[in-house]
Amino acid sequence: MTHPSDTGPAPVLALQDVSKSFGAVRALRDVSLELFPGEVHALAGENGAGKSTLIKTLAGVHRPDAGRVLLDGEPVVFHGPGDARDAGIAVIYQEPTLFPDLSIAENIFMGRQPRRALGRIDHKATRAATTALMKRLGVALDPDRPARGLSIADQQIVEIAKALSFDARVLIMDEPTAALTGSEVARLFGVVRTLRDQGAAVLFISHRLEEIFQICRRVTTLRDGAWIAGELVDGMTEDDLVRRMVGRDLDELYPKQDVPAGEVALAVRRLTREGIFTDISFEVRSGEIVGLAGLVGAGRTEVARAVFGVDRWDAGEVEVRGRKLTNGAPSVAMSAGLALVPEDRRAQGLVMDMSIERNIGLTGLRTTVKAGLVDRGAERSRSLDWAVRLQVKFARIADAVSTLSGGNQQKVVLAKWLATGPRVLIVDEPTRGIDVGTKAEVHRLLGELAADGVAVLMISSDLPEILGMADRVLVMHEGRITAEIPRSEASEETVMAAATGRAAA
Amino acid sequence: MTVTTSEQTPVAEAPGSAGTRLVDRVFKMRELAILVVLLVMIAVTQAGNSEFLSEQGIKDLLLNATILVLVATGQSLVVITRNVDLSVGSTLGITAFAAGDYLHGGGNPVVAILLAVLLGIGCGLLNGLLVSLGQVPALVVTLGTLYIIRGVDSIWVGSRQITAGDLPGSFVDFGSGGLSAVPWLALIALAVLVATAYYLKHFGSGRELYALGSNPEAARLAGIPVRKRILTAYTFCGALAGLAGAMYLARFGNVDSSTGNGYELTVVSAVVVGGVVFTGGSGSVYGAALGALLLTSVNSVLPALGVSSVWVLAINGFLLLLAIAVDRIVASRVASALKKRSARHA
Repeated sequence: MTHPSDTGPAPVLALQDVSKSFGAVRALRDVSLELFPGEVHALAGENGAGKSTLIKTLAGVHRPDAGRVLLDGEPVVFHGPGDARDAGIAVIYQEPTLFPDLSIAENIFMGRQPRRALGRIDHKATRAATTALMKRLGVALDPDRPARGLSIADQQIVEIAKALSFDARVLIMDEPTAALTGSEVARLFGVVRTLRDQGAAVLFISHRLEEIFQICRRVTTLRDGAWIAGELVDGMTEDDLVRRMVGRDLDELYPKQDVPAGEVALAVRRLTREGIFTDISFEVRSGEIVGLAGLVGAGRTEVARAVFGVDRWDAGEVEVRGRKLTNGAPSVAMSAGLALVPEDRRAQGLVMDMSIERNIGLTGLRTTVKAGLVDRGAERSRSLDWAVRLQVKFARIADAVSTLSGGNQQKVVLAKWLATGPRVLIVDEPTRGIDVGTKAEVHRLLGELAADGVAVLMISSDLPEILGMADRVLVMHEGRITAEIPRSEASEETVMAAATGRAAA
Repeated sequence: MTVTTSEQTPVAEAPGSAGTRLVDRVFKMRELAILVVLLVMIAVTQAGNSEFLSEQGIKDLLLNATILVLVATGQSLVVITRNVDLSVGSTLGITAFAAGDYLHGGGNPVVAILLAVLLGIGCGLLNGLLVSLGQVPALVVTLGTLYIIRGVDSIWVGSRQITAGDLPGSFVDFGSGGLSAVPWLALIALAVLVATAYYLKHFGSGRELYALGSNPEAARLAGIPVRKRILTAYTFCGALAGLAGAMYLARFGNVDSSTGNGYELTVVSAVVVGGVVFTGGSGSVYGAALGALLLTSVNSVLPALGVSSVWVLAINGFLLLLAIAVDRIVASRVASALKKRSARHA
């Protein structure tokens, strides 16, 4: 083995000097990892470090080019996800993989339903087993309701129930907390601790370092596909971990610059969309970064969409630099100098199969079109310029966006909107699912934009990010703004109190 | 959030089976809606023309629907997996002619039917292999096989024609006979329909068809043999198209190289009108069968009411759009109801 392992129980599952390449890209190089029963093991690394490939290798999706997978010390070869599952390995992917049309019970037992005579499915037993699993997990989900419309947290619970249903000994969780609220994370961790205490080996991936320290005993770090370290979490600091992940000391994560606020750039007055948000009023001045905090579902994204004109509003008005916007007209908002970087970059921000160049070029079609035709040369130079300025890591600018890692995709979305030269920028969860290195870059970029006089409205569920970057914090709770807190008074307590509606600040 | 609030989610008791009822109701409602439309249409027609529901009238109604019901049942399986088979019309044509040609040479009727089914299975396998192996959309692949099978049919058949006179009497009688008003053909179609519905609901591989139509990536990760299932769905669809070909021959006795031309569009309409969602994962073969019954009934209703049959196509198109509109509305209602419910129980 290339790293020390203390005496104790033998590892359930291990990788030994595993390598895997996709074409010219070496996704994993001589990586080793040991998962012990009754232990939560963290996998750390920046986006593109090879974490997903490692997981998929353990899950039987990829077969290693070199090296071995060991199950209970014996070498095994998984020919597909089914093999890994039969070996007791369950994977909960970042994007839950449920069947929206089928019931929760069917989702859990798909392919392994209890049978009656003649191989028919025993629907009753399936339902009863599901109810028992839900009881064991301490959640109230109706086995018969379809998976469609479940919150991400509940979808993960269904995935965990699925893992329990085949007595998984190894549970692999790929960024399970990325889209969860605080109480949902607490519930998830409760479940994970229970499983751990029952002897399961858990592999846990998260970009939130404090979570690694909260729940994990051991951590393996990858960088650029290579194994960097495998060690006990005890005695490590966050800085140690970041250094291993990034390979250098990280500049400050929240490089907030003090910029004198200028004129009002964005004014929202008594904006209401029935049943979604009510009576929203706020201003953002140029040079200011205003944080919009709140629990998931408080209506923050919906406000942003309405301001930008993607959704219509029922009452109120929006002004950008003194110019009133038309209800439901993004093109007017854009020409007034407003840009919106949406939350879900896969669905709303990018055309995944199109090239980086064309994705960035999309917002600039107005300026690069000559006589009705796109001037490809102008588009290319404009896109390349922005891709380089944001340090997007790509092989060729003509590569499809889908080939980039998550953090780089987010940079492309930013580039796409920054290329329009916005005076007001709304960013929705700008760093969700992004590694610390890229996160710091995005923060620095936002700071620079503000210094250049851009008014920034930043929606975020990452409280340290809000506290670290915002000049003022607006807090939403159930469709209303419940507090406006200046930077000097903003703290986790004041923001959370307003976000949960416990006290008016 | 990086902080955990002190509020813990209270563990409520499982909220009964409100979900079942909701979902079941919607599906039953969807099929019920078509049934109601169908019954109202028939009632109105009967009121305007008392001859409509005579024994012969009912028989005609059922006979007309039978072949479409069969092909639509097979098509449903394919559509449920988020695919489509556009070659069913061509398959029906070539299998009908093959069975007819064999009977014309003095063959046994049972063997003729088997022959048609086997040929259909062959066409289905071809489609299934192309769709599951090549990463090409089924719409394009089966458009290709539509022309290929039709082309082979045309070359083989040429200007030949099978007429009722070429067929054994027993076969022709089988095509038009039945238990009083219920034709044999309709009984066969009903048996196939019930068996298929039972299979889809109670067998693992049947549920897996829904699963892979609902989320193909999740199906792969769940270890479902995706290619094998798609192949099965296409093979089954081909087999039913073949069986329908034999029945077409028995019913009409008249087959040439253009038999079944354009039929695939009627089939797809019936399936969609019947509530099988075109993006896969949802719907039932009973719905598809009702859709087929509804569409073919329009054909009989209009002449009985003295309306020119030139209206049939327009009305079918209208029904198709109506069905899709209703599905959209119902789907969004159900989605928001489910969201609200999970919000309450969160």
